[in-house]
Amino acid sequence: MVSAMFIENDLTLSQKISRLNWWLILLICCVASVGIASLYSAAGGSMEPWASRQLARFGVGLVGMMIVALVNIKWWYRLTWPLYFVGLILLLIVEIKGHVGMGAQRWIDLGFMQLQPSELMKIAVVMALARHFHGANPEQARHLSFLIVPALVIIAPVALVLLQPDLGTSLMIIMVGAGMVFMAGAPIWLFVAAIILVGISIPVAWQFLHAYQKQRVMTFLDPESDPLGAGYHIIQSKIAIGSGGIEGKGFLQGTQSHLNFLPEKQTDFIFTLWVEEWGLLGGLGLLVVFLLIFISSLRTSLRCKHNFGKYLALGIGLNFSLYVFINISMVMGLIPVVGAPLPLVSYGGTSMLAALIGFGLMMSCGIYRHSKVTR
Amino acid sequence: MLRSDYDYGEKFFTRRAFFIGSVQLAGLGILGARLAWLQVAQGKRYKTLSDKNRINIRMLAPSRGQIVDRFGVPLAVNEQNYRVLIIPEKADDLKKSLSMLQNLISIEDTDIKRVIKDASTTAKFIPLIIQEDLSWADVAKVEVNLPDLPGLFIDTGEVRTYPYSGATAHVIGYVRSVSRKDMTSDPLLKLPGFKIGKTGVEKVYDLHVRGKAGAVEVEVNVIGREVRELKRKNASSGVRITLTIDGELQRFTQEILATHKSASAVIMDAHTGAIYALASHPTFDPNMFVRGFSQEQWQTLMDDTGLPQTNKAIAGVYPPGSTFKMITALAGLKAGVINKHTTVTCPGYYELGRDKFHCWKKYGHGKVNLTEALAQSCDTYFYKMSTEVGIDAIADMARRFGLGDKLGFELSEEKDGLVTDKKWKRARFGKRWYPGETVVSSIGQGGMRATPLQLAVMTARMVNGGHAVKPWITGYLGDMFLGRTEWDDMGISPEHLKMVMHGMDMVVNGKTGTARKSRIEDDLLAMGGKTGTAQVQRITAEQRRLGIKNADLPWKQRHHALFVGYAPTHAPRYVCAVVIEHGVGGSSAAAPIAKALLKQVQARDPATIQMQPALIEGEDILQPWPPKKPGGNTASQGEAG
Repeated sequence: MVSAMFIENDLTLSQKISRLNWWLILLICCVASVGIASLYSAAGGSMEPWASRQLARFGVGLVGMMIVALVNIKWWYRLTWPLYFVGLILLLIVEIKGHVGMGAQRWIDLGFMQLQPSELMKIAVVMALARHFHGANPEQARHLSFLIVPALVIIAPVALVLLQPDLGTSLMIIMVGAGMVFMAGAPIWLFVAAIILVGISIPVAWQFLHAYQKQRVMTFLDPESDPLGAGYHIIQSKIAIGSGGIEGKGFLQGTQSHLNFLPEKQTDFIFTLWVEEWGLLGGLGLLVVFLLIFISSLRTSLRCKHNFGKYLALGIGLNFSLYVFINISMVMGLIPVVGAPLPLVSYGGTSMLAALIGFGLMMSCGIYRHSKVTR
Repeated sequence: MLRSDYDYGEKFFTRRAFFIGSVQLAGLGILGARLAWLQVAQGKRYKTLSDKNRINIRMLAPSRGQIVDRFGVPLAVNEQNYRVLIIPEKADDLKKSLSMLQNLISIEDTDIKRVIKDASTTAKFIPLIIQEDLSWADVAKVEVNLPDLPGLFIDTGEVRTYPYSGATAHVIGYVRSVSRKDMTSDPLLKLPGFKIGKTGVEKVYDLHVRGKAGAVEVEVNVIGREVRELKRKNASSGVRITLTIDGELQRFTQEILATHKSASAVIMDAHTGAIYALASHPTFDPNMFVRGFSQEQWQTLMDDTGLPQTNKAIAGVYPPGSTFKMITALAGLKAGVINKHTTVTCPGYYELGRDKFHCWKKYGHGKVNLTEALAQSCDTYFYKMSTEVGIDAIADMARRFGLGDKLGFELSEEKDGLVTDKKWKRARFGKRWYPGETVVSSIGQGGMRATPLQLAVMTARMVNGGHAVKPWITGYLGDMFLGRTEWDDMGISPEHLKMVMHGMDMVVNGKTGTARKSRIEDDLLAMGGKTGTAQVQRITAEQRRLGIKNADLPWKQRHHALFVGYAPTHAPRYVCAVVIEHGVGGSSAAAPIAKALLKQVQARDPATIQMQPALIEGEDILQPWPPKKPGGNTASQGEAG
């Protein structure tokens, strides 16, 4: 790679630390404290059973994120494929001998936490694609033959996740992958064609959906048709959000969540609890913080001088933003209930870990933005 | 790789990155707009839904107002009863717990089935009543075995109880479950197990004794379990009713009537019209209507030919017989047909045209004046006089004394009775009145009918100086006086009343009086009155010839025995009317009972004791409940999540 960039593979620790994206760390802490405050409220004003554990995980995760960030980007470049295949093997293990949870096999019990390999796999997919696109230019991406590897990289985990079955996660992997392929310069007509193809295949795919997935789609289209059954979650969530009003009911005063009308209030529906208590102001505030995180990831991507870092930072930001969109759209009744957590906010170890590892990688891209990745 | 390539790639990437960034910005914009839509535009609607979600209104049943006698002795009260309930979620095995309970105390299989069915359709933490009204022995058995009966517990509830049982059954009535036609807008009626008054005072003043429902607003969680109380409006109990009845006198009356197969009696105040006792025999236990009958008890009640459910004192209509003679006498005196000294010779019968009307005394009373005619109940005297007075004057006098129409008594079962005259016959049958009918009517036979209550009122108006007194039984509704003590003068000549009263005095206290055997020896307590023996069917010429005694006929064909009386004779205060159905003779059957009643009422002398109004029992209180700290719920919240 011929460039005028200043090669700096050997930074001192203090240089690295000063180059950490402290602004991003502050934003992450903001989002995480929203989560911890909501979990404290969800327990009726108690650190137990969720807030304390979430706080501990965040602390551990934050340190893990720093470590990931301080590791030279070239090591991550080199570890990409091993990590990707470890991820695939973990998915296979889940497939073969997983624990039954929520009607689908998704976890590996590590003793201290239940690991969801599909969460980590998303990052591995982003890394693998970034590595593949590292040595490419937009001209190459116009040739479909160049897209065979990315397609395989995406399809392998998607197939395994679909078997679990977890439609939401597989769609998210596809979308993140598609986003990165788009960035790499794949022609626009390819995406148009894909959208048309999806449109045609929906009636076909419908046949292969599980009954509960069909139900979710149907109740999404008309939640009031089954207010005590499948539509219950959406209706109760909308009631809780709507009743919050502009200023909210106040911290610890969210009646719908506290009286258990709201299901999964500590995990997927944590945003509902937050806006019930903090109202429109709290909700918009959180959205602004998310926007700043998106901007930060784009900025990291654009400022990075090597393609691996560009694609990696962008892919991680894209993955994070997709989570945010899907979770919040879901709890507000814009899309069907797909069972996606709100990263950094929802109670849950793997999603917290995956998000923080992702941001760690992104920060590594920031620290080593001028580094030479290969050799 | 050329530098231009790199620049091209850089620009290309930047362009598409900006596109991605715009999509992200737009996505957040949509989320923000949606949030604003839900929380601002639709906020009010969801706020309402949210309150509906969490607030559950539970009705609180009021205590039914007590009914007490004039001394405050309870006649209808709410007793705590014991019931055994089960909370399905606390029973490890519902069916096992129930069958173990069934081994301890007797429970119908249908009740067990009902509980199992209810348990499958309602939330598991809601207690279900298995059996109400447990005996002490059953309560003890269950309590001792509670450790082995998971989910079961004993609780108390209120059940209407009538301590005087059958003695007040007809006056107080009873409460029973609400039927479809009783439904009004009162939400209480929909409360499971709620009971309303079906007869007697319980029915007439049901709306007052029923009380008003209270409500408690509770915050509930998603499965309906109460988390805390938000607001409470206590139920306001029904008002207390103070009756004019003297409970012990009522019981005494009921017991003495029980010496006959079917009888009724009324004791009232001659001046005020207050009822002291009003009894009808046979009676029934009103508590059974509240707590339920066994098949056997129900059958017994239904098969009784004495019609135990009918309050004969107000709903039984009888020919007044000779008790009517005072009316005929007053009509005659008013018309000037007779005076104090007018005499009639009684040969044992009276002839009108070709008809022969018999006096009860076969060989006649000889020469009698008004006093003697009343004292000996000489029919001939009244036969003769009535033909000169005419039926319309007699009927008019009867009506003035309260016969022939409802008195407007509180108990709705009251009957009209009947006073016959020319106009009535024309309207009823379209036929003209025959003189012979006047003769029969003059001694209270023919079409004349009266209730025991009407007879008591008639007597009261004669002995109270001719005041148009009416009966009443409710003294106070809460602290509101419902009675009346002043009554209008009817304009009857005091002289005439005095003459009739003298005759009634002689009926009991005269040497030849028909009720002499039943006189009260103590002059201060002496009673006056009039016997009556009312034919149920005509005495045939055959019976007359053979001299068949009425007492030997089948019960249903025997004469009714009546007596109207008052005491004390020197200053009348109490009046009573006694009717013994098919009791054969007024002097033999009814007069002794009247004597006992008038002695008893004078001994207790309820008129001298003022009734006391009740204090208001229930109050409407709307009190905000201090909300508890959420800390109390922490544990359950944690478990639930």
